[in-house]
Amino acid sequence: MSAAAPVLADRTWFERDTTPAAIEAALRELLVENRHGEDCGAIPARVLNLVAIVDRQWRGEIENRLERVGRYHASRTVLLAIEPRRTTIDARATVLVDAEPHQSGMTTAHEHVVLDIGQEHVEHLATIVDPLVVTDLPTMLWAPHGHADAIDELLVLAQVVLLDSVDEPDLEEAVNRARALAERVYVVDLAWLRSTPWRERIAAAFAPPSERARLSTISAVEIRHHPDSAVAGVLFLGWLCSRLGWRPGALAERRDGSLEGRARARRGEVRLRLRPAPEQPVRGLEGLTIETGDGTVLSLDRGDGGLRARRVTRRGGERTWTVMGASRGEPGILGEGIRQALLRDPTYRPALDAAAVMVG
Amino acid sequence: MTLTADNPLVEGLERLPVGPTTLTIFGATGDLARRKLLPALYNLAHEGALPERFNLIGVSRGDESHDAYRQMAREAIGQFSRRRPDPKVLDALMENVRYVSGTFDQPETYEKLGEQLAEFDAANDVPLNRAFYLSTSPAFFPVIVEQLGEHGMSRHEDAEVRVIIEKPFGTTGAEARELNRRVLSVFEEQQVFRIDHYLGKETVQNVMAFRFANGMFEPLWNRNYIDRVEITAAEDVGIGTRAGYYDSAGALRDLVQNHMLQLLCLLCMEPPVRFQADEVRDEKVKVLRAISPPAPDATVRAQYTAGTEGGEDVPGYLDEEGVPPDSQTETYAALRLEVDNWRWNGVPFYLRTGKRLARKVTEIAITLKPVPHLAFEQAGSVGVQPNQLVYTVQPNEGVSLSLGAKIPGTRMAIRPVQMEFLYGTAFMSQSPEAYERLITDAMRGDATLFTRNDEVEAQWRIIDPVLDAWAAGEPALDTYEAGSQGPDTATRIMEPGDRWRAI
Repeated sequence: MSAAAPVLADRTWFERDTTPAAIEAALRELLVENRHGEDCGAIPARVLNLVAIVDRQWRGEIENRLERVGRYHASRTVLLAIEPRRTTIDARATVLVDAEPHQSGMTTAHEHVVLDIGQEHVEHLATIVDPLVVTDLPTMLWAPHGHADAIDELLVLAQVVLLDSVDEPDLEEAVNRARALAERVYVVDLAWLRSTPWRERIAAAFAPPSERARLSTISAVEIRHHPDSAVAGVLFLGWLCSRLGWRPGALAERRDGSLEGRARARRGEVRLRLRPAPEQPVRGLEGLTIETGDGTVLSLDRGDGGLRARRVTRRGGERTWTVMGASRGEPGILGEGIRQALLRDPTYRPALDAAAVMVG
Repeated sequence: MTLTADNPLVEGLERLPVGPTTLTIFGATGDLARRKLLPALYNLAHEGALPERFNLIGVSRGDESHDAYRQMAREAIGQFSRRRPDPKVLDALMENVRYVSGTFDQPETYEKLGEQLAEFDAANDVPLNRAFYLSTSPAFFPVIVEQLGEHGMSRHEDAEVRVIIEKPFGTTGAEARELNRRVLSVFEEQQVFRIDHYLGKETVQNVMAFRFANGMFEPLWNRNYIDRVEITAAEDVGIGTRAGYYDSAGALRDLVQNHMLQLLCLLCMEPPVRFQADEVRDEKVKVLRAISPPAPDATVRAQYTAGTEGGEDVPGYLDEEGVPPDSQTETYAALRLEVDNWRWNGVPFYLRTGKRLARKVTEIAITLKPVPHLAFEQAGSVGVQPNQLVYTVQPNEGVSLSLGAKIPGTRMAIRPVQMEFLYGTAFMSQSPEAYERLITDAMRGDATLFTRNDEVEAQWRIIDPVLDAWAAGEPALDTYEAGSQGPDTATRIMEPGDRWRAI
């Protein structure tokens, strides 16, 4: 993930006590001005609508997060800032021009619309947002501060929901909410995306034909995770279960806060363990260990410049190496979430279903 | 067995696993290694796209230490990488970089290389795949390949061995055939990856996506609807510091023999059953075999003279540093080709490339046949023009379609308008460098974007007679002013009524 591409706030429109029709007209006007103004070389990007629903008091923080996602800006962002007792709509619309041109030399423009609305608007939110999204582009919803009611109201307009399952403190609730949404739209879960490098590395570790046979002999898996990120660990276990045909059972909580359980594989049982790692400073996984039937133990842990891999054989032979890769950081994860809106990962749903069995 | 077959864990992953590999670069201190290969490797490391276990060995003549080579590699990456290096990732990459000093024809070089490869295998407890990247002068390609064979390094019982060969793959058909013979006497064809970096560009791969993922064009994609095709690869720059290479190569060898014929193949080939290496390449070879070498009068060659480029005076080719004053090398080449098969019979394909032209652009322009009957008046407008579909490969990748539209007013006057799509507005991602894609594909053993031996030879079969005719002075070498559209005589090869699109 590259550094955030700076943007130039070019033209802005603002109105108090406004209407969706007035905002839509202003957007059209801004785009025409952009086409004929000094930056007439800037072409509106047409990739994705992002509708973010946030608490009014944290609006600035979310805008900062969205600015730092690198090049993965939605083409049109509609930020709905909810202030519980507000009765009118205030709106600001801005056309932002990338300060850094695309590698082809072309400069693209994005639209950014911020609406301050009240809780009373949520009931009919779709009628407010519908005129503001670009027709025929996929629309992704994101509500980092909860607002499940607003998400539910807007599902009719959306094809994708972006969520971060680790935001939900209750593991079972987190999995159930993601499953309920996945019934209706495509879900991009940041908790799942944080584990992508780990899934890639485990897939690679068992990729050589000589290693492939070991897959069916896995006897134990331990996942170490940030204390808030148990759901990321459950999803990872769910991924292994669904991909390898294991039938998981429910996980039980131990005194030390870890979760343990078993899955039934073709050749026997696999011990599963999720262990919080309080020393881990960032959300997501801290490490994992996989044991196979011949006594080989493979571990991956966060390290400098990538993941630190360690393989120990039954005879005590030990090898360590670095699996290279830069940390994406939280802005990078959010940017990746936006990019994933246009892709489809067929393995998330089965992993989620397996996770539901483990936390149910 | 591939790394993805029967591995249930790869489903859904964007990046497919690449087997543990030691990559050896011959010519490790050269321009290509510094500008392209090392930065590409860093970017792959940054994205976590290198193999789980990866080592790099640089082989070159210079008497460098491992540390000195690592320092050179760090500097090259810092200077030429498309992103600022992350020091931790760079350190991790450098940890497994080694340098082997020696000339490419000395057996000792390969003995040292063998020891280093064995050391990496031992350190990893498993035999790692081996990829040998030949980034040297072409004269060394057969030498290196044969030395690898003689030192038992072209095969490994427990690992894959691959050789990646840079362009040019021969400078004539005879050379290409001889090089193929020598390479294939040591390696199997499926171990050989001949680079045409053009094929690694996203934009070029998009030509296939454009054709085969959009059903609306296929019914028109034949001689019944297409009048002519122009493929242009124009550059606004001169030869820079490449006089040594360029004066011996010329525009025809530099761009037409490989890149432009590849574009032509992608444009003309039948849909492959699957997007797999041999199926795609089978279809491309069929196109090349359907092309007869053009007669001399269907070719144009020219050299730029002094002129103005971007408002500045620029020298002519013969005044460029390092160019012999009596050079007959063409800096502009144009051909008219025909693809003699059921689909394309009678459709002229015009190819042109040149240095110091008015603008930098690579595009494919497909002109459709005019409508059979015109009900509208032509007076008062430029009139109804045949539709033109233009696929721009660079710099602004996109597709535009010219359509006839009514000019607002009381009369039914028509003029062409443009419907335009730019890839940059529809994707958030930046395209990876061609070398990043090609290096990973080669390490993975996917040869789809590499040129097969029969493909190379089929390309030369078309180009060789042109080179022979040009060497005999047929046609005469024309000139064109730097910064212009090319030689005035370039229209000579066109069918009556046809003319080149403005560059």
